[in-house]
Amino acid sequence: MTPALALFAREWRIARRIGGGASVGAVFFLILVAIMPFAIGPDLNMLARLGPAILWIAALLSTLLGLDRLFQADHDDGSLDVMINGPLPLELVTLIKCAAHWTTSALPLIVVSPVFGLMLGMAPEPLALVAATLAAGTPALTLIGAIGAALTVSLRRGGLLMAVLVLPLTIPVLIFGVAAASAASGGTAPFLTPFLMLCAISLFAVAAAPFAAAAALRHVRE
Amino acid sequence: MRLRAWDLAMERGGRRLFSGLAFEAEAGSALIVTGPNGAGKSSLLRGLCGFLPFASGGFALEGGDGERTVGEEAHYLGHADALKGALTAGENLAFWAGALGGESRREACRAALARVGLAHVIDFPARALSAGQKRRTALARLLVAHRPLWLLDEPTTALDAAAQSAFAGIMQAFLDDGGVVLAATHAPLGLARAKTLRLGAAEGGA
Repeated sequence: MTPALALFAREWRIARRIGGGASVGAVFFLILVAIMPFAIGPDLNMLARLGPAILWIAALLSTLLGLDRLFQADHDDGSLDVMINGPLPLELVTLIKCAAHWTTSALPLIVVSPVFGLMLGMAPEPLALVAATLAAGTPALTLIGAIGAALTVSLRRGGLLMAVLVLPLTIPVLIFGVAAASAASGGTAPFLTPFLMLCAISLFAVAAAPFAAAAALRHVRE
Repeated sequence: MRLRAWDLAMERGGRRLFSGLAFEAEAGSALIVTGPNGAGKSSLLRGLCGFLPFASGGFALEGGDGERTVGEEAHYLGHADALKGALTAGENLAFWAGALGGESRREACRAALARVGLAHVIDFPARALSAGQKRRTALARLLVAHRPLWLLDEPTTALDAAAQSAFAGIMQAFLDDGGVVLAATHAPLGLARAKTLRLGAAEGGA
């Protein structure tokens, strides 16, 4: 088994066994979407109009859920010490861990998001496109979050600090994500322009964030 | 192959741990680092791994792969066991074998566990193992992938007498194969041809 495959398989296994991954993230997403009508009121037209934004905020918060442990667990039990000097560059370790985290926590959200869109009274036709905007944007959220997770790796209660560090950086993703999702569910604005911007942000994050996170890990751990 | 270090000095938190430290370890020999608590034994090992900077001096593994750092040539066993409680002992080992470029088939992991006397717990979750069994599983990691240098920090913590002598045999076999062992410890490891490097002697534990 190649080192990259071994790492991905291990992350996947741990996420599935410990929980806090797939199921809890999706349940958290469900709760967030379900409590929104209580705060906003039962006006279906308003809910449908706010639906894309609600889905995106919920996806953002559920993606960040559990991300603070991305490196911390390995830092605490000494695994990171061994991985740093292993055959995989730390940048690749970061990228693989993000990929595993994304497939176990963000992917289930994307799959169930059309159902939650229906709960918010959105029209059924554009829900696939809304899910597509989530699929295009959530990799950037995971990767940007990984930088925050790396910076707070040695802090005991780093989760909150990580959210404070990361949430401002996710604003561009949120702007273009909600713009594309709103355009998909009606309105005069074009869908493709914000969607392509979203893809560009994710691609840039894939290219740059692993280096930033690996540099942060090396620097913070002294 | 020879591990050589010269004029090493290290500071942690504004305190000088050691300075002017020099040592050599030939292939097939072990260097036991001793000294009182806080003398800098663990810091020396972490420095050799590249996790902590030395204030002066340098170190090299002569006759090793010039492309790789000393840390990349070494197995590092720290205080933590680097095991995931949610995975079984066998899965933990298979992961490390795969991630470190070793032999990750189940038989290879079983053989490594058998050498530390734990073949029967291969399918137990690591969180269900005792402290000594976790430590022995961590020691089995040294066996599933080859590295010419072992940097061991208190390797025999929590081990019973039988496991300690079994591990002495494993280390001796590794040394006979031309490996180099650098171990920080308070307990004698039971090795022939082991030199001792004493840290913090000048300060006398002050």
